Parts: sequence; structure tokens; C-alpha cells
Amino acid sequence: MLKSGDFAQELIDTGYDFFTGVPCSIIGNLITSLTNRPDVTYIPSVREDVAIGIASGAYMAGKKPAVLMQNSGLGQCLDALTSLNLIYKLPCLLIVTWRGCDGLDAPEHLVMGKACIKLLDTVGISHHIFDVDNTKELINMSYKYVSEKKEPVALFLKKGIID
Amino acid sequence: MNYSEAITTITELLKDQLVICANGMISRETFLIRDRVENFYMIGSMGLASSIGLGIALNKSSRKVIIFDGDGNLLMNLGSLTMIGALRPKNFLHIVFDNEVYASTGSQPTFSDKIRLEDIAKSARYTCVKKVTSTEVLRKEMVKLLESDGPSFLLVKISKNDRQSEIGRVTYSPEHIKERFMSAIN
Ligand SMILES: Cc1ncc(C[n+]2csc(CCOP(=O)(O)OP(=O)(O)O)c2C)c(N)n1
Ligand SMILES: [Mg+2]
Repeated sequence: MLKSGDFAQELIDTGYDFFTGVPCSIIGNLITSLTNRPDVTYIPSVREDVAIGIASGAYMAGKKPAVLMQNSGLGQCLDALTSLNLIYKLPCLLIVTWRGCDGLDAPEHLVMGKACIKLLDTVGISHHIFDVDNTKELINMSYKYVSEKKEPVALFLKKGIID
Repeated sequence: MNYSEAITTITELLKDQLVICANGMISRETFLIRDRVENFYMIGSMGLASSIGLGIALNKSSRKVIIFDGDGNLLMNLGSLTMIGALRPKNFLHIVFDNEVYASTGSQPTFSDKIRLEDIAKSARYTCVKKVTSTEVLRKEMVKLLESDGPSFLLVKISKNDRQSEIGRVTYSPEHIKERFMSAIN
């Protein structure tokens, strides 16, 4: 399992320098790591669409933003992603925890767990899934994608990849 | 006061301040009355103007960021007020045009006739909270607020019976709005 602090370091080394989001237990330590870093900002948001709005503002002010959320939050921010980011070409990295991915989770996660990939396909947002040995590669690829395509990209993070 | 009077009064006082316009009539009126490179017209993502502005304000402390919000937009994202009040960006001025309706969709009522939005802003610890009902007072308060540290909140009461719908949309593409706005920020 990767240390959350090292995962944060990877994001920062790649060029991401502004973070916001809403917690999920899977990224609890990652959020703590980012919050404790003196060199980058993590802003706790009250909702996922608010995080998307803040990240979009940060991008226009010259930052390379990443938004951290649970997949349940994808529903919250669908309007922002479709009627702000995709049409204005406002990029950001979305790190989305994937609850309910294997059909074994609390009831509230099962429907979105099954639908979240299709949901992004439907609106046309690119996505990839982290595994234990592709984190560096995916983070690098995402950075290239947001810089060139100027669109959001989602990286799904299942339980057990980071500590 | 109608939108036209209020937006004219405010924009006459602006220099290089960055303005984020809420969706619907507010973007359209501002585009019609005084299009500026420093204006960002948010044509979708209802409710998020103050969040977008917060993201800018936190990362560009040298520039004043002004939100042209609506009562309906504000009520859709009240959580944003708590973030603004807690993070306290000094360069943030939150103007809310309150007509007590969703004018853009045919003037269906919101709740701002019964619940005072300025009290919510006070509870959220905005540094300065003002409410104005005439263009004269609006001008006076704006002059002060443009010079003072925020986060500030200015509630501008707008008549419900303002003209509707006959006003054109923002003609720029979203991508152009962004490119132009970014060239004005950076
Ligand atoms: C998520 C979402 N719901 C509904 C709408 C439709 N809509 C567009 S503008 C608007 C009203 C905005 O109200 P307010 O902020 O008070 O501005 P006003 O219309 O009064 O100028 C609504 C409901 C929308 N664009 N997005
Ligand atoms: Mg209104």
C-alpha cells in the first residue's frame, strides 16, 4: 500500500498546486497530508460542486487544481462539470474514491458504485482507475491531459491503494 | 431600482476589478450594459459564482473580486457563504441583486421575501454587510466598499417587476469568455 504522504508528493511533483474537496475515509490521510504541507493549499469545501467552482476559479488565477471527492459527490457536481468545466474548457484533476465498486459496500454506495463510470462516459469525461503500481503513471498522464485538453479528468481510487 | 439602474450605477465605478456574473438575467444585463474584459459571465452552473470568485480571490490577493449574484443563485449555494466568512479573503465583495424571484425563468418566488439574506451573511461573519434600496445609496456604499477590506456583502434590492426575457443572451462562446477573462487576470 502506498503512503498517502508519498501520493501527495507525487501529485505536487507533477505540478498540481491547489487542492480542494470533500472527505471520504479512503482519502482521509491524503487530505491531512495536503493540509499539513506548507507549499500547497488544501481548501475544505462544503460540497463537491462548490469544490469544482473553487478549483475553476483557482485555475483561471493561474493554478493547477485537483478536486478530491467520493464518487457519491459526482452526482452533486454533474451540473458544474457539464455546464462549466466542459463548455468553458476549465480543466481539473478529479480524484474520486470508488465506493461500491465491487457491489460489496454500504447500501448507499451500491447504485453510484455501479453507475459512476458510465455516468462519466455519458457526459464525456475521461477517466482511469488507479491500481497499486500505476499511480505515478496515471498522475503524470492526467497532468498532460488537463494541460493539453483543458478538460477535467477523473482518476478513480479504490480502497486499499493508499493508506 | 431595476437591474439596469443598479448594474449601471455599480459598473460606472469599476476600474480593473474582476467581476463574476451569476447566470440568467444578471449575466445578460451586465453584458448589455457594460461588457468588460474583466467580466466572467457564468452562463451555467447556477449558484457557483461565489465559489468561482472565491477560488480566484484566494489565489490573486492583488485583485479585487466582485460577485454579481442573485437571490436564487445565492440560495442554491448558501454553504459558500460559510466558506467565504471562514476563509476571509480581504479582496472579496459579494453583491446580491435581490428581486425575491427567479426572474430569468419567469419570476417564480424564491424565499428572500421572508428570510433576510443580509442576516445570513452576518451570521457567516462577513466583515461588512449592507443593504441598499436606492441608486444614490448604492453609489455611496459602493465607493466605500471598493476601498475597504472584505469579505463584504452588499444586498441590492431590485424591483420584482423589472423587464424580463426580451434581453439577448451573452453572444460570446464560453471558451472566449474564459480566455478573455484569464488574459485580464494574469
Ligand atoms: C441547476 C439549475 N437549475 C435551474 C436553472 C434555471 N435557471 C436559470 S437562471 C435561474 C434563476 C436565477 O435566479 P436569481 O439568481 O434570483 O436571478 P434572477 O433570475 O432573479 O435574475 C434559474 C432557476 C439553471 N440554470 N440551473
Ligand atoms: Mg432573483
